[in-house]
Amino acid sequence: MQAKGDVKPRFRIGERVRVMKAYPLGHVRTPYYIRGCSGEIERLCGSFPNPEELAQMRDGLPAIPLYRVRFRQQDVWPDYGGSAEDVVEIEIYQHWLEKV
Amino acid sequence: MKEEKGKYQPLTYFQMMEVSLRELLVEKGIVTEAEVNAEVEAMRSRTPERGARVVAHAWSDPSYKQRLLADGSKACEELGLEVGALKLVVVENTPQVHNAIVCTLCSCYPRMLLGIPPDWYKSRNYRSRMVREPRVVLKEFGLEISSDIQIRVHDSTADMRYMVLPMRPAGTDGWNEERLATLVTRDSMIGVALPRAA
Repeated sequence: MQAKGDVKPRFRIGERVRVMKAYPLGHVRTPYYIRGCSGEIERLCGSFPNPEELAQMRDGLPAIPLYRVRFRQQDVWPDYGGSAEDVVEIEIYQHWLEKV
Repeated sequence: MKEEKGKYQPLTYFQMMEVSLRELLVEKGIVTEAEVNAEVEAMRSRTPERGARVVAHAWSDPSYKQRLLADGSKACEELGLEVGALKLVVVENTPQVHNAIVCTLCSCYPRMLLGIPPDWYKSRNYRSRMVREPRVVLKEFGLEISSDIQIRVHDSTADMRYMVLPMRPAGTDGWNEERLATLVTRDSMIGVALPRAA
């Protein structure tokens, strides 16, 4: 899934990461509600062209690693009404993640 | 005002956009009307029975289930189901975990296995609330998940597509795959219902 020339994965499974709290204009596939939240890497999904670039009719290369990140609902919604164990899992591209 | 059935209804903004774009593509020779129709037909022909086949096979063959959880796309191809460029991630319900699928950004859906998504899946109500208060939403679907079971909501935001592998219902020992598949509903593969043996 990782080809030559792709951006190298920086995070390991289980590692704690934070989603950048950024608000760039244009097409972005990082939901608003998760920006600034911390979670852990559930898996690496492979590398994909950057959708923010694709939306501008560019090739989106080099491909960037895409992760599934697991967040505790309580960390996402301070007033979350369900169980403390409940989670939400979201696909996030590497350039949106930083080490905690 | 009462809706007048059978009378001319003006096109909505998005219908107009669709017609304009399609006619332009045909005029410029990029696609033909026949190709557009064939694609629409192909889209209609994909129904949740495809997903149900996959689930029933996984219930019947533990080693297939392992392959399905490891690489959903590849495992579907084993059954002759074309999944296309998007990667399929299959998430398994267990006595400890209940999974549900949503796409908060738009309406990404495993069309290759479940066909055209139901209208509620695309609604703002479902999309915004499923990540925010999943237990309340599931209850509205008639599904009450005990508080000692973890709920995992999967927000399908990028290049993956998700399907829930529900638990095989009790009382189905000895059933063949065809019979098992009749229990697997579309909603049980989205995670807003459970399959039940009547």
